[in-house]
Amino acid sequence: MKLLRDQSAALRTRSPVAYPAGMSRGSLRRALHLGLLATLPERVIGFVKIVLILFAGIAVSPAPTLAGEGGRTAKPVITIANPGKCVAPAEEMRRNHMEMLKHQRDRTLRAGIRGEPASLNACIECHASQKTGSVLGGKENFCESCHSYVAVKLDCWDCHQPKAKFKAAGLKP
Amino acid sequence: MNTPDNNPRRKFIAAAGAGVAGLGFTVIAPGLHLMAVGEASAATEARKAGTAASPAVRWGLLIDANKCAPGCTKCIDACHTENGVSEKLPDARQNAQWIRKIELVDRRDGRKTELPMMCQHCAEPPCVDVCPTGASMKRADGIVLVDRHTCIGCRYCMMACPYKARSFVHAPLTEQNPEVPRGQGCVESCTLCVHRVDKGQTPACVESCPTGAMTFGDLNDPASDIAKRIASVPTTQVRSDLRLNQGVRYQGI
Repeated sequence: MKLLRDQSAALRTRSPVAYPAGMSRGSLRRALHLGLLATLPERVIGFVKIVLILFAGIAVSPAPTLAGEGGRTAKPVITIANPGKCVAPAEEMRRNHMEMLKHQRDRTLRAGIRGEPASLNACIECHASQKTGSVLGGKENFCESCHSYVAVKLDCWDCHQPKAKFKAAGLKP
Repeated sequence: MNTPDNNPRRKFIAAAGAGVAGLGFTVIAPGLHLMAVGEASAATEARKAGTAASPAVRWGLLIDANKCAPGCTKCIDACHTENGVSEKLPDARQNAQWIRKIELVDRRDGRKTELPMMCQHCAEPPCVDVCPTGASMKRADGIVLVDRHTCIGCRYCMMACPYKARSFVHAPLTEQNPEVPRGQGCVESCTLCVHRVDKGQTPACVESCPTGAMTFGDLNDPASDIAKRIASVPTTQVRSDLRLNQGVRYQGI
C-alpha cells in the first residue's frame, strides 16, 4: 500500500511539468539514458536537478501526509452488525476474500456445489448496512467503504444483487 | 405365496398412493395418468450441500403443446419474476427473452398450436462449441449455462443457437434476484431455474403452468414421470435433424 501511494504521488508530481523548449518527455528520457547529459544546455540540467530534488523529497516525506489521518482520503468506515460470525478471522478475510469468492463461484456455477461457506449472498446478508440494506451506496457501506479507499474497482455488483433480502419483482407484460 | 409384505400388486397400489401424495397425479392405468390441475409436481430431491451436480442425472422438460392454453403467458410471467427480468428498453427487440410463446399454424387446415420455447438444454450444445472463452458451458446434469464471470459478450452463442434462446443484456441492471445474478454485457438464457432445481424444486414455468402442460424431471431415471411419459407417448425434439439431443421435448406438435 505504501509503495502504491508513493507511486501515485510521484505521478501526480510529474504530470504538470512543462518541458523545456525543444524537448519532449521522450527526448529528455533518451538523453538521460544515453548519458548525454553533458551535451544538454544548462537550462535543461537545472531542470533535471529540480526534478531529482522533488523526487528525493517525496521519497523521504512520510506517506501519511497524503492519505490517512487528516489526509485527503477518508479512512474506511466499517460497521459490522454481527461481529464474530464470519467464516474466517478478519485478517484472513481482508487478505483473501477475493480468492475465497473466486474459487467458490467456480465450484457453485460450474460444478453445481451449493451451501459453500464463502458465499457472496451470505456476505451481503451479514454485511449490508442496517440503514440502507446494501453493501454499496456510500462511504459507510461495507464493500464500497474499503474498495473506494484502496481504489479497487468492484465488478461483483454489475451482476450480483448488493441488497440484502431483495425480492425481484420481474416484468409484467 | 404372496404375503402382505411382498404382494406386488399391493406395492403397486402403495406406489400409486405415494404418487398421489407426492407428485399430484393418479394412475388410471399403466402409462395413463390423471394430472391434478394447477398442482406442481415436486419431482426432485434437494442435493446435499457440498455435493456436485451428478452426471448420472439429466434434467429435462416435456411440454405438451395440446395442453398449452392459447394466449396464456403464465410461464413467461413466472420466469420473469423468478429470474428478475424486469428491464424494458426503448427498443423492444433488445429486451431479454428467456422464454417466449410461439404459435404454429398448419397452413393446410389452419390449426393453431401454441408452445413455450426456451433454451433446449442440448446434450451437444452449439453455443458451448462456439464460445471462445469457455463461458458457455454444460453442467454435469445437462443444464446449459453461461458463466458470466468469463463471458465477454461476443454473442457468438446467440448466432449459433438454432432456437434463438439466448439474449444479450444491453443496459445496466439493479433489480436482480439475489439467486440469479445477471448483468450488462453478458449473454444469458433459460437456466432451467438451476437455483430452484438444486433445492429440489421445479422450474418456475413448470410450477406456474395452470394446465400442467410442462413436466420436469430426470430423463435418465426410468422411474421418473418424464421418462415414463417419453417412453409411452410420441414426443418431438425441435430440429432433431441437427442431432443436438435436446433436454426439452414437445408432445403434440
